[in-house]
Amino acid sequence: MIETDILIIGAGPCGLFTVFEAGLLKLRCHLVDSLPQAGGQLTEIYPKKPIYDIPGYPDILAGELVERLMEQIAPFHPGFTLGERAERIEKMEDGRFKLTTSRGTEHAAPVIAIAGGLGCFEPRKPPIGNIVDFEDKGVEYIIKDPEFYRNKRVVIAGGGDSALDWSIFLADVASEVTLVHRRTSFRGALDSVEKVMELNAEGRIKLITEAQVTGLNGNGHLEDVVIKHKTEGEMIKETDHFIPLFGLAPKLGPIAEWGLNIDRNAIEVDTVDYSTNVEGIYAIGDINTYPGKLKLILCGFHEGTIMVQSAFKRIYPDKKLSFKYTTVNGVQGFES
Amino acid sequence: MEDTIKITVIDREDQEHILEAPTDMNMNLMEVCKSYDLPVKGTCGGMALCSTCHCYVESDHELAEMSEDEEDMLDQAFFVDDEKSRLGCQIHISEGLDGLVVKLAPEAE
Repeated sequence: MIETDILIIGAGPCGLFTVFEAGLLKLRCHLVDSLPQAGGQLTEIYPKKPIYDIPGYPDILAGELVERLMEQIAPFHPGFTLGERAERIEKMEDGRFKLTTSRGTEHAAPVIAIAGGLGCFEPRKPPIGNIVDFEDKGVEYIIKDPEFYRNKRVVIAGGGDSALDWSIFLADVASEVTLVHRRTSFRGALDSVEKVMELNAEGRIKLITEAQVTGLNGNGHLEDVVIKHKTEGEMIKETDHFIPLFGLAPKLGPIAEWGLNIDRNAIEVDTVDYSTNVEGIYAIGDINTYPGKLKLILCGFHEGTIMVQSAFKRIYPDKKLSFKYTTVNGVQGFES
Repeated sequence: MEDTIKITVIDREDQEHILEAPTDMNMNLMEVCKSYDLPVKGTCGGMALCSTCHCYVESDHELAEMSEDEEDMLDQAFFVDDEKSRLGCQIHISEGLDGLVVKLAPEAE
């Protein structure tokens, strides 16, 4: 069991900076995130976009801001559980919370800070009526082990890097690869696009553009897909697997089941300390809502800062806390 | 009112909403819909990085050409209509759009 003072759900900018503010109060933090890397949306969606409203930085790339935050919190040695979704929260006998992830990793802490941003990033599912029936029976949204497709027939849909890269990779593994894309041009890296064109010309990938997969058929397991071409109409393609790769979209996910007051996909908080209706659970950053809420990184930093003061009082009810400027003593990190 | 245009938005229940949009506030269609509490998420905040403001342009207004970013994002959207689909966040509110009619695209899972 991983034990800490503040368990932060979400390793985006707001969760990361909270480690710093908690560290100044000698509180330790551990972060849990469903993505395999820290940074949240900034790393996952827009690492190369400049941000212009971080005080002191006229402009900074989102990815760079995450690097700076990681550097800033390093003295406080935060722990990370990455690539695992926070699934369940239970109250333990000693008053602390136990959080279990999608992979069964257990964490215990007296305080939980939900800094979950927009929720968990999950694969976008194409709106094909019966797609759910074939999940893990021929339909996979994520390729976990390419060997799984050895000597199998595969249909991939999508036009981005992951669709291109996997088509190229699986050309050597699967017995047959068909790539279906809505347009004739691709948004992926140029050399991947060229490689796909080359493999198509050699007959090692079957590329079908201006088309979409619109139907799935099979008895228990996927047997064929319906591909609808813009001008040529529908065709049936026999296949063992259909892999739709349309990127990730955020979903509130299990957070909705934790007994917290939710208003339009956001957690209601008291702005005195950003506490939720469950004592000991706080919500900061884009995931919370209150009158006048602005979804800004800047505001998330403020919320985390205020929140750790309240968390301290919950963890050490009898301890005196004095507020200090970093200019007075500098930053005293933890030994390890 | 001066500096405002009228836009008709048809929601996913086929209900028509007539919105008054200011042309001098540097707004886009996604933001106007949100300011009227219409069910448009605008998750990415207007960077053409999600597709929650996907809509169909039903009137014959001349819109600015799609950027590469918008085209790319529509690749990850569903229910795309090559003739009509646009991202609301990429439709900049300007005088020429008075009388625009758009329909919100269905929400994907």
